[in-house]
Amino acid sequence: MGKVFAVLVTLITLISIAFFVMHTWWLPPNISTTGKAVDHQLEETLIGTGVLFLAGQLMLGCFAWMASGKTKDTRAKRFPGGATSVVVTAIVVVGIEIFTLTFVGSKAWGAIYLTPAEPGALRVDVQAEQFAFYFRYPGPDGQFGGLHPDKIDDGSGNYFGLDPANDVAARDDIVVGSLVVPVNRPIALSLHSKDVGHSFYVRELRMQEDFVPGLDIPLHFTATQVGKYEIVCTQLCGLGHYNMKAYLEVMSEPDYEQWLKTQAGQ
Amino acid sequence: MNRKLLCLLPAAAVIFYAVKAGAGAPIPPPAGGTISGKVTYTGTPPKMKPIDMSKEPTCAKQHTTPVMTENVTTGPDSSLQYVVVYISEGDPGGAASTETVRYDQRGCQYLPHVLPMQAGQVLQIFNDDQTSHNIHPLAKVNPEWNKSQPAGSLPIDTKYDKPEFIPVKCNIHPWMHGYFVVLNTSHYAVTGPDGSFSLKGLPAGKYTVTAWQEQYGTQTQEVTIGSTETKTANFTFKALPY
Repeated sequence: MGKVFAVLVTLITLISIAFFVMHTWWLPPNISTTGKAVDHQLEETLIGTGVLFLAGQLMLGCFAWMASGKTKDTRAKRFPGGATSVVVTAIVVVGIEIFTLTFVGSKAWGAIYLTPAEPGALRVDVQAEQFAFYFRYPGPDGQFGGLHPDKIDDGSGNYFGLDPANDVAARDDIVVGSLVVPVNRPIALSLHSKDVGHSFYVRELRMQEDFVPGLDIPLHFTATQVGKYEIVCTQLCGLGHYNMKAYLEVMSEPDYEQWLKTQAGQ
Repeated sequence: MNRKLLCLLPAAAVIFYAVKAGAGAPIPPPAGGTISGKVTYTGTPPKMKPIDMSKEPTCAKQHTTPVMTENVTTGPDSSLQYVVVYISEGDPGGAASTETVRYDQRGCQYLPHVLPMQAGQVLQIFNDDQTSHNIHPLAKVNPEWNKSQPAGSLPIDTKYDKPEFIPVKCNIHPWMHGYFVVLNTSHYAVTGPDGSFSLKGLPAGKYTVTAWQEQYGTQTQEVTIGSTETKTANFTFKALPY
Protein backbone atom coordinates (compact mmCIF):
# COMPACT_ATOMS: atom_id res chain seq x y z
CA MET A 1 0.00 0.00 0.00
CA GLY A 2 2.78 2.43 0.96
CA LYS A 3 4.54 1.74 -2.34
CA VAL A 4 1.33 2.42 -4.33
CA PHE A 5 1.01 5.74 -2.47
CA ALA A 6 4.65 6.60 -3.21
CA VAL A 7 4.17 5.93 -6.94
CA LEU A 8 0.87 7.89 -7.00
CA VAL A 9 2.37 10.94 -5.26
CA THR A 10 5.29 10.97 -7.69
CA LEU A 11 3.02 10.63 -10.72
CA ILE A 12 0.60 13.35 -9.61
CA THR A 13 3.55 15.66 -8.93
CA LEU A 14 5.17 15.08 -12.32
CA ILE A 15 1.89 15.48 -14.24
CA SER A 16 1.01 18.72 -12.41
CA ILE A 17 4.47 20.13 -13.07
CA ALA A 18 4.21 19.12 -16.75
CA PHE A 19 1.04 21.27 -17.18
CA PHE A 20 2.96 24.29 -15.91
CA VAL A 21 6.06 23.57 -18.00
CA MET A 22 3.95 23.12 -21.13
CA HIS A 23 1.89 26.28 -20.32
CA THR A 24 -1.33 24.30 -20.83
CA TRP A 25 -3.58 26.81 -19.03
CA TRP A 26 -1.70 30.03 -19.30
CA LEU A 27 -2.22 33.75 -19.06
CA PRO A 28 -3.50 35.68 -22.07
CA PRO A 29 -0.79 37.73 -23.81
CA ASN A 30 0.36 40.83 -21.94
CA ILE A 31 -0.56 44.16 -23.58
CA SER A 32 0.87 46.71 -21.18
CA THR A 33 4.32 48.22 -20.80
CA THR A 34 4.47 47.21 -17.15
CA GLY A 35 3.02 43.72 -17.61
CA LYS A 36 6.39 42.23 -18.54
CA ALA A 37 7.75 42.82 -15.05
CA VAL A 38 4.64 41.19 -13.57
CA ASP A 39 5.02 38.18 -15.84
CA HIS A 40 8.69 37.96 -14.94
CA GLN A 41 7.83 38.07 -11.25
CA LEU A 42 5.17 35.42 -11.71
CA GLU A 43 7.61 33.22 -13.61
CA GLU A 44 10.22 33.51 -10.86
CA THR A 45 7.60 32.76 -8.23
CA LEU A 46 6.39 29.72 -10.13
CA ILE A 47 9.92 28.40 -10.71
CA GLY A 48 10.87 28.94 -7.06
CA THR A 49 7.73 27.40 -5.62
CA GLY A 50 7.71 24.72 -8.36
CA VAL A 51 11.22 23.52 -7.48
CA LEU A 52 10.34 23.39 -3.79
CA PHE A 53 7.05 21.62 -4.56
CA LEU A 54 8.84 19.05 -6.75
CA ALA A 55 11.58 18.45 -4.13
CA GLY A 56 9.07 18.18 -1.29
CA GLN A 57 6.75 15.79 -3.09
CA LEU A 58 9.59 13.57 -4.36
CA MET A 59 10.99 13.36 -0.83
CA LEU A 60 7.54 12.43 0.42
CA GLY A 61 7.35 9.69 -2.24
CA CYS A 62 10.84 8.40 -1.31
CA PHE A 63 10.08 8.28 2.41
CA ALA A 64 6.75 6.57 1.81
CA TRP A 65 8.56 3.97 -0.31
CA MET A 66 11.31 3.50 2.31
CA ALA A 67 8.79 3.17 5.15
CA SER A 68 6.80 0.47 3.42
CA GLY A 69 9.24 -2.49 3.52
CA LYS A 70 7.66 -5.89 4.00
CA THR A 71 9.53 -6.89 7.14
CA LYS A 72 10.44 -4.82 10.19
CA ASP A 73 14.12 -4.82 9.19
CA THR A 74 13.59 -3.42 5.70
CA ARG A 75 11.16 -0.73 6.91
CA ALA A 76 12.59 2.72 7.69
CA LYS A 77 11.36 3.88 11.07
CA ARG A 78 12.50 7.49 11.16
CA PHE A 79 13.63 10.29 8.87
CA PRO A 80 17.21 9.77 7.75
CA GLY A 81 19.13 12.32 9.78
CA GLY A 82 16.14 13.07 12.02
CA ALA A 83 13.14 15.35 11.56
CA THR A 84 14.76 18.47 13.02
CA SER A 85 17.29 18.95 10.23
CA VAL A 86 14.55 18.62 7.55
CA VAL A 87 12.25 21.14 9.28
CA VAL A 88 15.08 23.64 9.82
CA THR A 89 16.25 23.31 6.20
CA ALA A 90 12.68 23.79 4.93
CA ILE A 91 12.15 26.92 7.04
CA VAL A 92 15.43 28.46 5.94
CA VAL A 93 14.94 27.68 2.23
CA VAL A 94 11.30 28.84 2.12
CA GLY A 95 12.17 31.93 4.19
CA ILE A 96 14.97 32.93 1.83
CA GLU A 97 12.67 32.42 -1.13
CA ILE A 98 9.86 34.56 0.28
CA PHE A 99 12.26 37.38 1.19
CA THR A 100 13.87 37.30 -2.25
CA LEU A 101 10.50 37.33 -4.06
CA THR A 102 9.23 40.20 -1.91
CA PHE A 103 12.38 42.22 -2.44
CA VAL A 104 12.46 41.71 -6.21
CA GLY A 105 8.69 41.95 -6.56
CA SER A 106 8.30 45.18 -4.61
CA LYS A 107 10.32 46.93 -7.31
CA ALA A 108 7.92 45.75 -10.04
CA TRP A 109 4.89 46.55 -7.89
CA GLY A 110 6.22 49.97 -6.94
CA ALA A 111 6.91 50.82 -10.59
CA ILE A 112 3.23 50.24 -11.36
CA TYR A 113 1.35 51.47 -8.30
CA LEU A 114 3.67 53.90 -6.53
CA THR A 115 4.81 56.07 -9.44
CA PRO A 116 2.84 59.01 -10.78
CA ALA A 117 1.44 58.88 -14.31
CA GLU A 118 3.42 60.62 -17.04
CA PRO A 119 2.57 64.33 -17.21
CA GLY A 120 0.99 64.11 -20.68
CA ALA A 121 -1.11 61.05 -19.87
CA LEU A 122 -4.69 60.91 -21.14
CA ARG A 123 -6.96 61.31 -18.13
CA VAL A 124 -10.08 59.18 -17.80
CA ASP A 125 -12.39 59.25 -14.82
CA VAL A 126 -13.90 55.90 -13.79
CA GLN A 127 -17.07 55.45 -11.75
CA ALA A 128 -17.97 51.99 -10.49
CA GLU A 129 -21.46 51.24 -9.28
CA GLN A 130 -23.65 48.20 -8.75
CA PHE A 131 -23.21 46.69 -11.33
CA ALA A 132 -21.44 48.57 -14.09
CA PHE A 133 -18.42 50.72 -14.88
CA TYR A 134 -18.72 54.16 -16.44
CA PHE A 135 -15.92 56.18 -18.00
CA ARG A 136 -15.68 59.93 -18.37
CA TYR A 137 -13.53 61.95 -20.78
CA PRO A 138 -13.06 65.71 -20.37
CA GLY A 139 -14.46 66.52 -23.84
CA PRO A 140 -13.20 69.20 -26.26
CA ASP A 141 -12.44 71.73 -23.49
CA GLY A 142 -10.02 69.35 -21.79
CA GLN A 143 -11.67 70.08 -18.40
CA PHE A 144 -13.62 67.69 -16.24
CA GLY A 145 -16.78 69.10 -14.71
CA GLY A 146 -17.16 68.89 -10.93
CA LEU A 147 -18.90 65.95 -9.29
CA HIS A 148 -22.07 66.36 -7.26
CA PRO A 149 -23.22 63.02 -5.83
CA ASP A 150 -26.70 64.45 -5.17
CA LYS A 151 -27.12 64.99 -8.93
CA ILE A 152 -26.52 61.34 -9.81
CA ASP A 153 -29.46 60.10 -11.88
CA ASP A 154 -29.00 56.84 -13.73
CA GLY A 155 -32.31 57.26 -15.57
CA SER A 156 -31.11 60.31 -17.46
CA GLY A 157 -27.60 58.91 -17.94
CA ASN A 158 -26.02 61.18 -15.30
CA TYR A 159 -23.96 58.40 -13.72
CA PHE A 160 -21.26 60.72 -12.39
CA GLY A 161 -23.42 63.44 -10.86
CA LEU A 162 -22.52 66.26 -13.25
CA ASP A 163 -24.22 69.63 -13.03
CA PRO A 164 -24.24 70.96 -16.61
CA ALA A 165 -26.88 73.59 -15.77
CA ASN A 166 -24.42 75.50 -13.57
CA ASP A 167 -21.06 74.03 -14.53
CA VAL A 168 -19.82 74.90 -18.03
CA ALA A 169 -16.92 72.43 -17.85
CA ALA A 170 -19.35 69.54 -17.32
CA ARG A 171 -21.39 70.25 -20.45
CA ASP A 172 -19.04 68.60 -22.92
CA ASP A 173 -17.87 65.75 -20.68
CA ILE A 174 -18.19 62.45 -22.49
CA VAL A 175 -19.62 59.59 -20.44
CA VAL A 176 -19.56 56.08 -21.90
CA GLY A 177 -19.80 52.47 -20.78
CA SER A 178 -16.54 51.29 -22.36
CA LEU A 179 -12.98 52.36 -21.73
CA VAL A 180 -11.65 53.42 -25.13
CA VAL A 181 -7.97 54.35 -25.28
CA PRO A 182 -5.37 55.00 -27.97
CA VAL A 183 -2.58 52.46 -28.29
CA ASN A 184 0.90 53.30 -26.94
CA ARG A 185 -0.25 56.38 -25.06
CA PRO A 186 -0.05 56.66 -21.28
CA ILE A 187 -3.48 56.57 -19.67
CA ALA A 188 -4.17 57.92 -16.17
CA LEU A 189 -7.33 56.63 -14.54
CA SER A 190 -8.96 57.99 -11.44
CA LEU A 191 -11.11 55.33 -9.79
CA HIS A 192 -14.04 56.13 -7.57
CA SER A 193 -17.12 54.25 -6.47
CA LYS A 194 -20.72 55.37 -6.14
CA ASP A 195 -21.72 52.76 -3.60
CA VAL A 196 -19.58 49.88 -2.33
CA GLY A 197 -16.12 48.45 -2.92
CA HIS A 198 -15.42 47.26 -6.48
CA SER A 199 -12.30 46.32 -8.39
CA PHE A 200 -10.82 47.16 -11.77
CA TYR A 201 -9.17 44.07 -13.22
CA VAL A 202 -7.86 43.57 -16.74
CA ARG A 203 -5.94 40.32 -17.18
CA GLU A 204 -4.13 41.51 -20.29
CA LEU A 205 -2.89 44.66 -18.54
CA ARG A 206 -1.78 42.51 -15.58
CA MET A 207 -3.50 45.05 -13.39
CA GLN A 208 -5.92 44.97 -10.52
CA GLU A 209 -6.90 47.90 -8.33
CA ASP A 210 -9.74 48.39 -5.89
CA PHE A 211 -12.39 51.08 -5.89
CA VAL A 212 -12.98 52.35 -2.37
CA PRO A 213 -16.03 54.51 -1.67
CA GLY A 214 -14.89 58.00 -0.73
CA LEU A 215 -11.44 57.74 -2.30
CA ASP A 216 -10.06 58.75 -5.70
CA ILE A 217 -7.56 56.05 -6.52
CA PRO A 218 -5.09 56.70 -9.35
CA LEU A 219 -4.00 53.97 -11.74
CA HIS A 220 -1.94 54.36 -14.90
CA PHE A 221 -0.96 52.15 -17.80
CA THR A 222 0.06 52.15 -21.43
CA ALA A 223 -1.56 49.57 -23.70
CA THR A 224 0.64 48.30 -26.51
CA GLN A 225 -1.78 46.23 -28.56
CA VAL A 226 -4.96 47.17 -30.39
CA GLY A 227 -7.90 44.98 -29.37
CA LYS A 228 -10.89 44.51 -27.12
CA TYR A 229 -10.34 43.24 -23.59
CA GLU A 230 -12.59 42.54 -20.65
CA ILE A 231 -12.65 44.68 -17.51
CA VAL A 232 -14.16 42.73 -14.63
CA CYS A 233 -15.03 43.52 -11.05
CA THR A 234 -13.07 41.26 -8.69
CA GLN A 235 -14.48 42.45 -5.37
CA LEU A 236 -17.68 40.71 -4.36
CA CYS A 237 -20.01 43.72 -4.52
CA GLY A 238 -23.52 42.26 -4.38
CA LEU A 239 -26.18 40.38 -6.27
CA GLY A 240 -25.06 41.31 -9.78
CA HIS A 241 -21.31 41.05 -9.10
CA TYR A 242 -20.96 38.09 -11.48
CA ASN A 243 -22.27 40.33 -14.22
CA MET A 244 -20.25 43.45 -13.52
CA LYS A 245 -17.94 44.05 -16.42
CA ALA A 246 -17.06 46.46 -19.20
CA TYR A 247 -14.68 46.47 -22.14
CA LEU A 248 -11.32 48.05 -22.68
CA GLU A 249 -11.00 48.96 -26.34
CA VAL A 250 -7.49 49.80 -27.44
CA MET A 251 -7.56 51.66 -30.78
CA SER A 252 -5.05 53.13 -33.16
CA GLU A 253 -4.57 56.89 -32.68
CA PRO A 254 -6.67 57.89 -35.75
CA ASP A 255 -9.47 55.47 -34.79
CA TYR A 256 -9.45 56.85 -31.29
CA GLU A 257 -9.62 60.47 -32.52
CA GLN A 258 -12.53 59.51 -34.77
CA TRP A 259 -14.31 57.78 -31.89
CA LEU A 260 -13.79 60.81 -29.67
CA LYS A 261 -15.22 63.11 -32.35
CA THR A 262 -18.31 60.91 -32.74
CA GLN A 263 -18.85 60.86 -28.98
CA ALA A 264 -18.39 64.62 -28.64
CA GLY A 265 -21.04 65.13 -31.31
CA GLN A 266 -23.65 63.06 -29.46
CA MET B 1 -74.19 69.98 -56.29
CA ASN B 2 -74.18 70.27 -52.51
CA ARG B 3 -77.50 68.50 -52.28
CA LYS B 4 -76.21 65.65 -54.40
CA LEU B 5 -73.27 65.25 -52.10
CA LEU B 6 -75.53 65.33 -49.09
CA CYS B 7 -77.63 62.57 -50.61
CA LEU B 8 -74.53 60.50 -51.20
CA LEU B 9 -73.38 60.77 -47.59
CA PRO B 10 -75.83 58.24 -46.12
CA ALA B 11 -74.94 55.84 -48.91
CA ALA B 12 -71.25 56.26 -48.16
CA ALA B 13 -71.93 55.68 -44.49
CA VAL B 14 -73.84 52.47 -45.27
CA ILE B 15 -70.99 51.19 -47.46
CA PHE B 16 -68.44 52.15 -44.81
CA TYR B 17 -70.22 50.27 -42.05
CA ALA B 18 -70.91 47.30 -44.32
CA VAL B 19 -67.20 47.06 -45.15
CA LYS B 20 -66.28 47.46 -41.48
CA ALA B 21 -68.76 44.78 -40.45
CA GLY B 22 -67.35 42.50 -43.12
CA ALA B 23 -63.84 43.04 -41.83
CA GLY B 24 -64.76 42.11 -38.30
CA ALA B 25 -67.02 43.03 -35.46
CA PRO B 26 -67.61 46.76 -35.50
CA ILE B 27 -66.27 48.52 -32.46
CA PRO B 28 -69.07 50.63 -31.00
CA PRO B 29 -67.98 54.21 -30.44
CA PRO B 30 -67.48 54.69 -26.69
CA ALA B 31 -70.33 56.42 -25.01
CA GLY B 32 -69.51 59.77 -23.49
CA GLY B 33 -67.30 62.66 -24.29
CA THR B 34 -63.69 62.74 -25.35
CA ILE B 35 -60.83 64.96 -24.31
CA SER B 36 -57.93 64.78 -26.70
CA GLY B 37 -54.91 66.86 -27.41
CA LYS B 38 -51.20 67.05 -27.84
CA VAL B 39 -48.34 67.56 -25.42
CA THR B 40 -45.46 69.70 -26.66
CA TYR B 41 -42.49 71.58 -25.28
CA THR B 42 -40.97 75.01 -25.76
CA GLY B 43 -37.30 75.72 -25.30
CA THR B 44 -34.44 73.26 -25.67
CA PRO B 45 -34.86 69.76 -24.25
CA PRO B 46 -31.81 67.73 -23.13
CA LYS B 47 -30.23 65.48 -25.72
CA MET B 48 -31.25 61.86 -25.47
CA LYS B 49 -28.08 59.88 -24.77
CA PRO B 50 -27.23 56.47 -26.21
CA ILE B 51 -27.05 53.65 -23.65
CA ASP B 52 -24.05 51.31 -23.81
CA MET B 53 -25.28 47.75 -23.18
CA SER B 54 -22.13 45.97 -24.35
CA LYS B 55 -21.66 44.34 -20.94
CA GLU B 56 -24.94 42.50 -21.51
CA PRO B 57 -24.50 40.95 -24.99
CA THR B 58 -27.88 39.16 -24.96
CA CYS B 59 -29.53 42.57 -24.65
CA ALA B 60 -27.15 44.53 -26.88
CA LYS B 61 -27.76 42.22 -29.84
CA GLN B 62 -31.53 42.88 -29.68
CA HIS B 63 -30.98 46.49 -30.69
CA THR B 64 -29.73 47.48 -34.11
CA THR B 65 -29.47 51.13 -33.07
CA PRO B 66 -28.51 52.10 -29.54
CA VAL B 67 -31.33 52.56 -27.06
CA MET B 68 -31.56 56.17 -25.91
CA THR B 69 -32.31 57.59 -22.47
CA GLU B 70 -36.05 58.20 -22.15
CA ASN B 71 -36.43 60.74 -19.34
CA VAL B 72 -37.31 63.40 -21.91
CA THR B 73 -38.40 61.73 -25.14
CA THR B 74 -39.15 64.19 -27.91
CA GLY B 75 -40.70 63.72 -31.33
CA PRO B 76 -41.46 65.73 -34.45
CA ASP B 77 -43.05 69.20 -34.08
CA SER B 78 -41.79 69.59 -30.49
CA SER B 79 -43.94 66.72 -29.24
CA LEU B 80 -43.31 65.03 -25.91
CA GLN B 81 -43.71 61.27 -25.54
CA TYR B 82 -44.38 59.30 -22.33
CA VAL B 83 -46.47 62.03 -20.72
CA VAL B 84 -49.32 60.62 -18.64
CA VAL B 85 -52.56 62.56 -19.07
CA TYR B 86 -55.34 61.68 -16.66
CA ILE B 87 -58.43 62.94 -14.90
CA SER B 88 -57.24 64.12 -11.51
CA GLU B 89 -60.51 65.63 -10.33
CA GLY B 90 -64.13 65.07 -11.30
CA ASP B 91 -63.98 61.31 -11.74
CA PRO B 92 -65.63 59.59 -8.76
CA GLY B 93 -63.36 56.60 -9.42
CA GLY B 94 -64.78 53.16 -8.74
CA ALA B 95 -63.64 49.57 -8.66
CA ALA B 96 -60.30 48.84 -10.30
CA SER B 97 -60.37 47.32 -13.76
CA THR B 98 -60.12 43.53 -13.77
CA GLU B 99 -57.82 43.73 -16.76
CA THR B 100 -54.20 42.82 -15.98
CA VAL B 101 -51.54 45.41 -16.76
CA ARG B 102 -48.39 44.03 -18.34
CA TYR B 103 -44.85 45.29 -17.82
CA ASP B 104 -41.95 43.79 -19.72
CA GLN B 105 -38.21 43.70 -19.20
CA ARG B 106 -36.98 43.14 -22.74
CA GLY B 107 -33.62 43.97 -24.28
CA CYS B 108 -32.63 45.40 -20.87
CA GLN B 109 -35.33 48.05 -21.22
CA TYR B 110 -38.61 48.60 -19.45
CA LEU B 111 -41.54 48.32 -21.86
CA PRO B 112 -43.47 50.50 -21.72
CA HIS B 113 -41.21 53.16 -20.25
CA VAL B 114 -44.16 54.68 -18.37
CA LEU B 115 -46.98 52.40 -17.27
CA PRO B 116 -50.18 53.93 -15.91
CA MET B 117 -52.58 51.72 -13.96
CA GLN B 118 -55.44 51.97 -11.54
CA ALA B 119 -54.95 51.56 -7.83
CA GLY B 120 -55.74 47.93 -7.05
CA GLN B 121 -55.32 46.74 -10.63
CA VAL B 122 -53.28 43.58 -11.07
CA LEU B 123 -49.81 44.21 -12.50
CA GLN B 124 -47.81 41.42 -14.11
CA ILE B 125 -44.09 41.87 -14.58
CA PHE B 126 -42.28 39.68 -17.11
CA ASN B 127 -38.60 39.05 -17.70
CA ASP B 128 -38.29 38.24 -21.41
CA ASP B 129 -34.49 38.41 -21.39
CA GLN B 130 -31.85 35.70 -21.23
CA THR B 131 -30.34 37.40 -18.21
CA SER B 132 -31.34 38.13 -14.63
CA HIS B 133 -33.12 41.33 -13.72
CA ASN B 134 -33.85 42.76 -10.31
CA ILE B 135 -36.85 45.02 -10.48
CA HIS B 136 -36.96 47.69 -7.80
CA PRO B 137 -39.91 50.09 -7.79
CA LEU B 138 -38.96 52.93 -5.43
CA ALA B 139 -42.38 53.38 -3.83
CA LYS B 140 -42.74 55.75 -0.89
CA VAL B 141 -46.51 55.76 -0.25
CA ASN B 142 -47.03 52.12 -1.19
CA PRO B 143 -44.84 49.35 0.23
CA GLU B 144 -41.39 49.24 -1.34
CA TRP B 145 -39.91 45.95 -2.53
CA ASN B 146 -37.29 44.64 -4.91
CA LYS B 147 -37.33 41.22 -6.50
CA SER B 148 -34.77 39.25 -8.41
CA GLN B 149 -36.09 37.67 -11.59
CA PRO B 150 -33.66 35.29 -13.28
CA ALA B 151 -34.07 34.39 -16.97
CA GLY B 152 -37.06 32.11 -17.48
CA SER B 153 -38.75 33.11 -14.21
CA LEU B 154 -42.51 33.20 -13.87
CA PRO B 155 -44.02 36.69 -14.02
CA ILE B 156 -44.35 38.64 -10.77
CA ASP B 157 -47.98 39.38 -9.88
CA THR B 158 -48.50 42.46 -7.77
CA LYS B 159 -50.63 45.58 -7.31
CA TYR B 160 -50.49 49.00 -5.73
CA ASP B 161 -53.35 50.21 -3.57
CA LYS B 162 -52.59 53.91 -3.33
CA PRO B 163 -52.07 56.46 -6.09
CA GLU B 164 -48.39 57.28 -6.58
CA PHE B 165 -45.74 58.05 -9.22
CA ILE B 166 -43.21 55.27 -8.65
CA PRO B 167 -39.77 55.35 -10.30
CA VAL B 168 -38.68 51.85 -11.30
CA LYS B 169 -35.07 50.75 -11.56
CA CYS B 170 -33.18 47.53 -12.07
CA ASN B 171 -30.69 46.72 -9.34
CA ILE B 172 -28.50 44.90 -11.86
CA HIS B 173 -28.59 47.17 -14.93
CA PRO B 174 -28.21 50.79 -13.78
CA TRP B 175 -29.44 52.25 -17.08
CA MET B 176 -32.85 50.56 -16.83
CA HIS B 177 -35.39 53.11 -15.74
CA GLY B 178 -39.16 53.48 -15.91
CA TYR B 179 -42.25 54.60 -14.03
CA PHE B 180 -45.37 53.05 -12.59
CA VAL B 181 -48.11 55.64 -12.43
CA VAL B 182 -50.83 54.47 -10.04
CA LEU B 183 -54.03 56.48 -10.42
CA ASN B 184 -57.47 56.64 -8.84
CA THR B 185 -59.15 57.07 -12.20
CA SER B 186 -59.64 54.69 -15.11
CA HIS B 187 -59.44 57.63 -17.53
CA TYR B 188 -55.79 57.99 -18.46
CA ALA B 189 -53.52 57.91 -21.49
CA VAL B 190 -49.82 58.08 -22.30
CA THR B 191 -48.73 60.31 -25.15
CA GLY B 192 -47.41 58.53 -28.20
CA PRO B 193 -44.37 59.49 -30.32
CA ASP B 194 -46.38 62.37 -31.82
CA GLY B 195 -47.33 63.70 -28.37
CA SER B 196 -51.02 63.00 -28.83
CA PHE B 197 -53.44 61.54 -26.33
CA SER B 198 -57.14 60.89 -26.06
CA LEU B 199 -59.34 60.29 -23.02
CA LYS B 200 -62.54 58.62 -24.15
CA GLY B 201 -65.85 57.62 -22.64
CA LEU B 202 -66.12 60.49 -20.16
CA PRO B 203 -69.55 61.17 -18.66
CA ALA B 204 -70.68 64.78 -18.98
CA GLY B 205 -69.16 66.92 -16.29
CA LYS B 206 -66.41 69.22 -15.16
CA TYR B 207 -62.95 67.69 -14.96
CA THR B 208 -59.44 68.59 -14.01
CA VAL B 209 -57.07 67.08 -16.54
CA THR B 210 -53.47 66.63 -15.42
CA ALA B 211 -50.44 65.99 -17.59
CA TRP B 212 -47.41 64.53 -15.85
CA GLN B 213 -43.90 64.36 -17.27
CA GLU B 214 -41.25 62.61 -15.21
CA GLN B 215 -38.74 65.45 -15.39
CA TYR B 216 -40.96 68.52 -15.83
CA GLY B 217 -43.68 67.66 -13.31
CA THR B 218 -47.40 68.32 -13.74
CA GLN B 219 -49.72 70.75 -15.46
CA THR B 220 -53.49 70.94 -15.08
CA GLN B 221 -56.46 72.23 -17.06
CA GLU B 222 -60.15 72.49 -16.26
CA VAL B 223 -62.35 71.00 -18.95
CA THR B 224 -66.16 70.90 -18.97
CA ILE B 225 -67.57 68.37 -21.35
CA GLY B 226 -71.00 67.31 -22.65
CA SER B 227 -72.02 63.67 -22.92
CA THR B 228 -70.99 63.28 -26.59
CA GLU B 229 -68.71 66.25 -26.90
CA THR B 230 -65.09 66.16 -27.97
CA LYS B 231 -62.83 68.81 -26.54
CA THR B 232 -59.21 69.60 -27.07
CA ALA B 233 -56.76 70.18 -24.24
CA ASN B 234 -53.18 70.82 -25.25
CA PHE B 235 -50.31 71.00 -22.80
CA THR B 236 -46.97 72.73 -23.24
CA PHE B 237 -44.01 72.10 -20.96
CA LYS B 238 -41.03 74.40 -20.69
CA ALA B 239 -37.96 72.36 -21.55
CA LEU B 240 -34.48 73.05 -20.24
CA PRO B 241 -31.37 71.64 -21.88
CA TYR B 242 -29.92 70.48 -18.54
